[in-house]
Amino acid sequence: MRTWKRVSAYFFVLPCLALFGVFLFYPFAKTIYLSLYKTNNLGQAQIYVGLDNYREVLQSASFHNSLKVTLIFVFIVVLVSMLMGLFNALLCQKSFPGIRFFSTAYALPMSIASASAAMIFRLMLDPTIGIVNKLLGLNISWIQNPHYALLSVALLTAWLNSGINFLYFSAGLTTIDETLYERASVDGANEWQKLFRITLPSLRPILFYTLVVNIILAFQSFGQVKILTSGGPGESTNLIVFSIYRNAFFNFRFGTAATESVILFFIIFILTLLMFRSENKNNSPKKESK
Amino acid sequence: MSFIELKNLGKSYDKQRSKAVSDVNLTIDKGDFVVLVGPSGCGKSTTLRMLAGLEEITDGEFYFEGQLYNQLSPQQRGFAMVFQNYALYPHLTVYENIAFPLRIRKLKKTELDAKVRQAAELLELSGLLSRRPAELSGGQKQRVAIGSAIVRDPHLFLMDEPLSNLDAKLREQMRRVIASLHQSLGTTVVYVTHDQVEAMTLGSKIVVMNRGKVQQVDSPSQLYQHPANMFTASFIGSPSINFLEVNMLKRPDAYQLISGPSILRLTNQQGERLAQRGFSEAPFILGVRPGDISLVPTNGQEDMRVKIISRELLGSKMVLYTENKHSRLTVLSPVNYKLFSGQEIGLRFDLVKALAFDSQSEENLFSSLSSSPAETSHNQEKASV
Repeated sequence: MRTWKRVSAYFFVLPCLALFGVFLFYPFAKTIYLSLYKTNNLGQAQIYVGLDNYREVLQSASFHNSLKVTLIFVFIVVLVSMLMGLFNALLCQKSFPGIRFFSTAYALPMSIASASAAMIFRLMLDPTIGIVNKLLGLNISWIQNPHYALLSVALLTAWLNSGINFLYFSAGLTTIDETLYERASVDGANEWQKLFRITLPSLRPILFYTLVVNIILAFQSFGQVKILTSGGPGESTNLIVFSIYRNAFFNFRFGTAATESVILFFIIFILTLLMFRSENKNNSPKKESK
Repeated sequence: MSFIELKNLGKSYDKQRSKAVSDVNLTIDKGDFVVLVGPSGCGKSTTLRMLAGLEEITDGEFYFEGQLYNQLSPQQRGFAMVFQNYALYPHLTVYENIAFPLRIRKLKKTELDAKVRQAAELLELSGLLSRRPAELSGGQKQRVAIGSAIVRDPHLFLMDEPLSNLDAKLREQMRRVIASLHQSLGTTVVYVTHDQVEAMTLGSKIVVMNRGKVQQVDSPSQLYQHPANMFTASFIGSPSINFLEVNMLKRPDAYQLISGPSILRLTNQQGERLAQRGFSEAPFILGVRPGDISLVPTNGQEDMRVKIISRELLGSKMVLYTENKHSRLTVLSPVNYKLFSGQEIGLRFDLVKALAFDSQSEENLFSSLSSSPAETSHNQEKASV
C-alpha cells in the first residue's frame, strides 16, 4: 500500500514532467549537443568539433559587439522599465477618481504583443511622417541612425516591460500597512521621507524579484528588434538573441547559434546566481541576530 | 486658557448621512490623563484621530494652547501616537524604530543615541535594541511603540487602544507601565479604550462616549457613583448594573417601590427627591449594582424571589444570573458551591446606593438638574443621594 502511494505520486507529476521534457529539457540538451558540432543546412549535426565553436564565437568581433550591445540594452531596459513601473505604481497607490482608467493604462503594455508594438513604433518613429519627430520638433532618424537605434528599441522594450512591473509594484504596495504611514505622519515625516524610509524598504523583496525577472526578460527580447531594426543599422542593435536567430536561420550555422545560446544561458544563469548571493548576504545580519 | 479645548468637535464622512462624532466639548489640562471610553463604533478612535490630524475635522474647533489646530497636518502638530497594531517598521531594528522620529528631525548622532538608550532603559528594552519587530512578543512590541513615542518629548501623547492586542496578564502589566510613565513624565495623555477597567484604573478624567456623542465627562469615582444616564451606569462597573422597571408608592412611613409582586423600600431622602421631581406615582427605572443585592433564604422575608439561570465563578466572588417573570437580575455573591442552576433563591436589596433613571430620557433622576451631558460633571458634585 505504502509503496503504491509513493509510486502513484509520480503519476501526478508525470504530465507536467512530460511537457517540460519535450519543450524544455530535450531542446536544451539538443542545443548543447549541437554546439559541439558543425551542421549542414538542415541543422543536422555533421562533424564533431569539440569546443571549436565556442573558441570561434568568443573570439569573433561580431559576438563581442553583440555582447556589448546586449549589456547596454539590458541596462537601459531594466532601469527605465523598473523606474516606470515603480513611478506609475506610486501614482496609483492612493485612490482618486479615474484610478481604474490609469491603472489599466499603466498595466496595458503587458498585454500588447511586442511585434505589433514595434510596428506602431516604426510609424511613430518615422523621420518624415512619425509623430515623435513632429511633437519634439526634431529631425532624427530614430531607427536608421546607429546612435539612436539601440536607444529606440530599448525604450520601446522598457515601455512594454513596464506593465508587468507596474503590476508587481502595485501588489507590493498594497501589502504595506497603512498605519505605518499614519505613524510616520505623526512622527513628522514628509512624503519624501515616507517614500525612502517606508515604501522603498518595504518593497525591497519584490524589488529584487522584479529586478531578476526584468534582466532575464530584457536578455530575451527579440520581436521588437526583428521588426524595428533587424539588428541594424550595421550591427548596432544586433542583440545576442537576434544574432542567434541570424546565425541559425540566415547563415544556416546552427552549431554557432547553439553555441551562442549556451553562452547566453550561462550569462543569465551566473548573473541570477550572483544576484541571489548578494541578496542573501544583505539579509544575513537579520538571521544572525535571531 | 486651557491646554486643550475641543468645541463642538464633529466628524461626518458624508453630508447626507449621520455624523460619526458630534458636539464633543472637552477641556484638558496639562498633565491630565484623559480616557475616551465606549463600545466599538462610538467614535472614540475617530475623535483621537482628529486630534492627531489623521482625520479631517469637519465640525467644530480644536484649540491647542489657545491656537486653532484644525488645519494643521499631523507633521505640524508635534504629537506622538501609539497605535493598536503597534505600527512598527518591520525592516528596522528596535533601536531604529525608537530613533525614527529623531532621525526625521535630523538630530545629532550623540544626542539621538543618548535619548534612544534612555527611552529603552525606561521601558526595559535595552537588551532588545538589535532585534527586529518580527522577533518580539506583543508586549515588547508595544513597549517599542511607546518608546518611539516618548523619545521625542511630545506635547501630547495619543494612544489608540494600545493594550487591546495583548493577553490579559500582559495588559495588566502594561497598564502599570503606562501609569508609571505618565507619572514620571507628566505628559498629557489622551487614551482610547473600550475596556472600562482600563479607563477606570488609568484615567484622571474619563470621557464616556456612545453613538458619536459624549455621555459624561468625570472622574472615575464620580462616574461609578453618579452616572449621568443609563448608558454610563451600565457601561461602567462589572458585572453590569441591574435595571428594574418600578412604580413608586408613597406610604405615610416610607416610599415603596413596586416591581411585579415585590415591594422594595427606598430611603426617605431618595423618595423625597423623586417625589419632588414628580415621580410619586409615575414609573421609572431603578438601577441596582450587583454587589448591592444579597442572597437570603426563601422564607417570606425576602424582597424578591428568583430562579438561578447560570453562575460564573470569579475566584473570591461569584456572579449569579437570575430571573423571574418580571425582571432579570445579576447578583454578586460570596462563593457558594451549593447553588445550582434552576434553584429558587431569595434576594434582598440594599437601596442606599441605588440609582433612578427616567424611562424616557434615560437620565439619572438623582442629579439635581436635568442637564446636557457636558455640564453634568459639574452638577454631579453638588448632587447628593
